[in-house]
Amino acid sequence: MFESLSDKLQSVFENLSRKGALTEADVNVALREVRLALLEADVNFKVVKEFVDRVRQRAVGSDVLQSLTPAQQVIKIVNEELVATLGEPSKLNLGGVAPHVLMLVGLQGSGKTTMAAKLALSLRKSGQRPLLVAADTRRPAAITQLEVLGRQIDVPVHAEGTAPTPPDICARAVQRAKEGAYNIVILDTSGRLHIDDELMRELEQIKAKVKPAEVLLVADAMTGQDAVQVAEQFHQRVGLTGLILTKVDGDARGGAALSIRAVTGVPIKFLGVGEKTNALEPFHPDRLASRILGMGDMLTLIEKAEATFDQEQARKMERKLRTASFTLEDFQDQLQQVKRMGPISQLLEMIPGLGAVSKQISPETTDRQMKRIEAMIGSMTREERRHPGVINASRKRRIAKGSGTSVQEINQLLRQFQEMQRMMKQVASGKGRGLLNNLLR
Amino acid sequence: MFGRGKNIQQSLTKTRTSFFGKIASLFVARTIDEGTWEELEELLIQADMGVATTVELVEWLRAESERRHARTPDDLNNLLKERLVALLTEKKRTYLEGERRLNVVLVVGVNGSGKTTSIAKLARYHRNRGDRVLLAAGDTFRAAAIDQLKIWAERAEVDIIAHQPGADPGAVVYDAIRAADSRHANVLIIDTAGRLHTQYNLMQELVKVRSVAQKQVHRAPHETLLVLDATTGQNALTQAKEFLNAVQITGCVLAKLDGTAKGGMAFAVSRELGLPIQFVGTGETIEDWAEFDPQAYVDGLFE
Repeated sequence: MFESLSDKLQSVFENLSRKGALTEADVNVALREVRLALLEADVNFKVVKEFVDRVRQRAVGSDVLQSLTPAQQVIKIVNEELVATLGEPSKLNLGGVAPHVLMLVGLQGSGKTTMAAKLALSLRKSGQRPLLVAADTRRPAAITQLEVLGRQIDVPVHAEGTAPTPPDICARAVQRAKEGAYNIVILDTSGRLHIDDELMRELEQIKAKVKPAEVLLVADAMTGQDAVQVAEQFHQRVGLTGLILTKVDGDARGGAALSIRAVTGVPIKFLGVGEKTNALEPFHPDRLASRILGMGDMLTLIEKAEATFDQEQARKMERKLRTASFTLEDFQDQLQQVKRMGPISQLLEMIPGLGAVSKQISPETTDRQMKRIEAMIGSMTREERRHPGVINASRKRRIAKGSGTSVQEINQLLRQFQEMQRMMKQVASGKGRGLLNNLLR
Repeated sequence: MFGRGKNIQQSLTKTRTSFFGKIASLFVARTIDEGTWEELEELLIQADMGVATTVELVEWLRAESERRHARTPDDLNNLLKERLVALLTEKKRTYLEGERRLNVVLVVGVNGSGKTTSIAKLARYHRNRGDRVLLAAGDTFRAAAIDQLKIWAERAEVDIIAHQPGADPGAVVYDAIRAADSRHANVLIIDTAGRLHTQYNLMQELVKVRSVAQKQVHRAPHETLLVLDATTGQNALTQAKEFLNAVQITGCVLAKLDGTAKGGMAFAVSRELGLPIQFVGTGETIEDWAEFDPQAYVDGLFE
């Protein structure tokens, strides 16, 4: 749904000269687009205003480097400023005397309980001894949820039911950590509205009792303009030390991170990228910056591919490609793997410059075509998949019948496959070595 | 209308004083100049109306005020109000229109949007209307989701069909429909696991859950409600599009409207996808729930 900012700026600058310094008029035209891009990414409008002003100051009069077009020059400044505003990645503060208390706070449904488990697992894996604390006595079954997660990741959970007050539960948990040699205590507090005075006071009480090393705001990457008010209130009441952005595996552009960072100044510590307890990622300012600008995210795409593609299978595939013994069976495997990465249209969107193309490809058509191809290959015998040469007219009729397709479609598939094999032979023979290496690295 | 529950006006008081109050004072305080329009644009953006909707609204208001020679702030105020109500009313549909023995309501949404709580409130709403309600615990994935719904079912005083964690949600729905039949329930509400609309496999799972319901009951599900978090920004529209594609949602629930978020994406969803907002969640108790009334909603914002 978003035309990439660089495409827009490119067209804005089409009529301008390509040399010399950027004039104020050039910059103002460009910054209108930047402003819209940031607003579309849910960055708070006040934050956008300040940000755009900063960029304007830097951009006006700056020389356009020879290698860059004016559009690229503005993008470069915007990107640099964005990366600087997002700040450096920051580690958890585990200095001082143990146990270190990490307090998770946030609105309802932002993902605190899941994040508590993710943090606990990652800390346990790095050799720490974490204790999870079920301090959410309000949401039905929140305690059970944390207990179930604790069992899954093999981290003990301190729970006292819903009768005691959360400050008391937390205080006793810290005491237990001291006695039981746990060096990190993770408090899963109830979700609450930042304007609920009574519940915000409860957070202040917890903080006073357990003196946490970190007070981390857990915020949903999809949050809109309200992110600023939420963060301001939480920061004012309990003094945040860091931000964790959750549900980053969705397609929200995550402008809330910029808003929160701008109004609180606290560092972004982690990103939550999935429902599984190991889906925790460090934060990369450059990647988040391109995402907020809607400029594609190649690195995420590559990582996604790496995470989804079975490494062993990838190596096997590489051997097959090199020896040009790639069969329809392998093709089928590949289709399966690509499908696991998500809808095609979404993958295309992550490639810079292809955002517009992805809009033209209807996801249903692509998915339907993939399904038909899969059905055709699925209706072949193993021999046919390994040696497509044996597929004669009568076999084609059978496959068409079995897959609910037509002989023409089978022919088309076989032709495409032959073309692919021919290309691979070329690549394997050395002609396109570099390309192959790039693809498989 | 709903006894002890906070009504929509009350829950929007904060919104009013903080946001639309400002719009009203904007019109009252000054004569209209370029700054007025710009400020208006910013205020609409701040309500998460989205860039496109905002631009369209402001342009429309400019043209219309010209055409009608509306120069007083009051005139402008009424024009905008009218327009907002019209945007929300155009596509309004009656919830569960028509008579049938068993109504099946499928509830979907992204993680943490407020599905389970909304289902509890919806169950209570039906029960208050004298319906026999049955819940299906279709979120077999998230830890303790079943326990959570069971607790809510008890509070709402309705029956619930649940399997073990990790069970096939399709099987839960199948059993729930059978149970609804034998217990003569007339409303079956199906909970589903939260899922991001970008997760292909999970969206396919939802398609399957829907088709199980479809095969068991004529024309089911009769409503498929998408629960939107009022604090969500522009992504709400993408969510609505994707869920519409996958399971043909018929309407939305705007949850968590008791914060300072304005839920402005409701306008964009209505405008672009023609999806009506059917209900709003206005607080933490089971009675904090109301049928969505565009006029009351906009009046509440402007009062």
